Amino acid sequence: MDLSKLTITEARRALDAGEYTSLELTNAYLEAIRTRDADIHAYLEVWEDNAREEARAADLLIKAGKAQPLTGIPLAIKDNMLIKGRIVSAASKMLEHYRASYDAFVIEKLKAQGAVLLGRTNMDEFAMGSSTENSAYGPSKNPLDLSRVPGGSSGGSAAAVAGNLAVASLGSDTGGSIRQPASLTGLVGLKPTYGSVSRYGLIAMGSSLDQIGSFGHTVADTKVLFDATRGHDLHDSTSIADYEPSGKVPKVIGVPRSFLSQGIDPDVLEQFEKTLESLHARGYEIRDIELPNVPYSLAVYYIIMPAEVSTNLGRLDGIRYGLSVTGENIQEVYGKSRAAGFGPETRRRILVGTFVLSAGYVDAYYRRAQKVRSAIRDEFVQAFASGIDAIVTPTTPSPAFKFGAKSDPVAMYAEDVFSVPVNLAGVPAISVPNGTVEREGVRLPTGFQIIAPHMREDVLFKIGEDVERA
Amino acid sequence: MTDNGVDIRALAKLARLDVTNEEVAKLEQEIPSILGFVDTIQKADVPNEISQPELRNVMRADTDAIESGIHTETLLGAAPTREGDYVAVKQVITRKSN
Repeated sequence: MDLSKLTITEARRALDAGEYTSLELTNAYLEAIRTRDADIHAYLEVWEDNAREEARAADLLIKAGKAQPLTGIPLAIKDNMLIKGRIVSAASKMLEHYRASYDAFVIEKLKAQGAVLLGRTNMDEFAMGSSTENSAYGPSKNPLDLSRVPGGSSGGSAAAVAGNLAVASLGSDTGGSIRQPASLTGLVGLKPTYGSVSRYGLIAMGSSLDQIGSFGHTVADTKVLFDATRGHDLHDSTSIADYEPSGKVPKVIGVPRSFLSQGIDPDVLEQFEKTLESLHARGYEIRDIELPNVPYSLAVYYIIMPAEVSTNLGRLDGIRYGLSVTGENIQEVYGKSRAAGFGPETRRRILVGTFVLSAGYVDAYYRRAQKVRSAIRDEFVQAFASGIDAIVTPTTPSPAFKFGAKSDPVAMYAEDVFSVPVNLAGVPAISVPNGTVEREGVRLPTGFQIIAPHMREDVLFKIGEDVERA
Repeated sequence: MTDNGVDIRALAKLARLDVTNEEVAKLEQEIPSILGFVDTIQKADVPNEISQPELRNVMRADTDAIESGIHTETLLGAAPTREGDYVAVKQVITRKSN
């Protein structure tokens, strides 16, 4: 059985045609994980026995003609989504032994379709990072070049699919944590509209930014996962009403030229221009646009996100669950447990968040950032209202980098420059592979980011498939 | 305290996070560098008003409460220490000696 770049679409066809069973497919992936994941380290835990049980149950459904799009499809899940009874650690020592007490909304949806869950994937601790180097359990490797990072924070979910250790996977994206690793590993990565997929059962990072999305080898595969996991949920107060993404077929693509004027590797920009040309040849109109405040997005993000992180992670204090270090009094328990449980980047962000929210600084930092965020969101809405159907950028300024190359926190944050405006505005975006560039004799993939108006994922799929055909 | 007035120890206390001397020395370099970077937002030319997005993070209304006790064992099972049906914690108020 050839697992190389196997898609949901193809596996669905083969399973329904009886060319192989879900159990055979699942066993093939489990075998691939056994032989190759020691090098890649995409997974923190593999659920062999349970995956086989799910595959057997799926085979019965398929035989009975009751297959849904994900029935019997082996998937990988980022280690920040709760599955009842299973450890979910957010790649942190803080939650090393924590077992989920309920299923996340997305997990309920996948189970209801009879999907096969292979295991939980590595990530930067609490989804903070762009390389998986912040995992408490060691980094994942980029399957295309093991000396390079797979991106992050959903790096394990990307490495699992790019390494052919799962058909597709779920990740979460707070500032680019799906799109950036997808770009660095040659996959399609979808961050849907904020509120379209419930975060119930997702370990919170930046609640005004967090969104669950998907990785696949094709645009079509990310759409299958999006359709399977979206929908209104009373348990997430930011969940939006059910909608069917549809509308006018996109024709006009906006390029924020001045935003792209610096910091991008020349060959990455060249690759981007080639994709623009091919879209133009397909009949799209390419128009330069101005988004004057969007260049402030990265700075805004690195105020709002740590503020929300410091608040959300306040609940991890050694009292109700998670790591607990004993002390003389409750204050000592808090201080020691949090120091022992959180890694360096998490601690850094908690402290930055505490600073920007502290009396005397909250106006200059947090409240100011909220105002600039509001202006950024308005700029996207206005651009889309002015006849622009989609906005495009490279997903990242450069291809996959080497381990240890970005030890300065601010240098690492620059990875997110093109992805964070999307989360600040709450709009949907997708990264689609658009070629390769060479680094030290290795061809490394680049990603093309497409951004659409709120609730218009159909625009992403349409243009994304045109990029795939280019 | 760094040159530009960031007191790492005070922040760590507010964040209930123990920090070692070594870590303080490192953070005294890193945090001002991060704050210096994000301070560029002061230059943005934006209106003083926030246009309210449709969605806000709010707690949902506490309706349809679940039956008391059905999750007690699961949730207490995750707690580091318990006494009966309570999460046990260390002393909160300490009497100073002297």
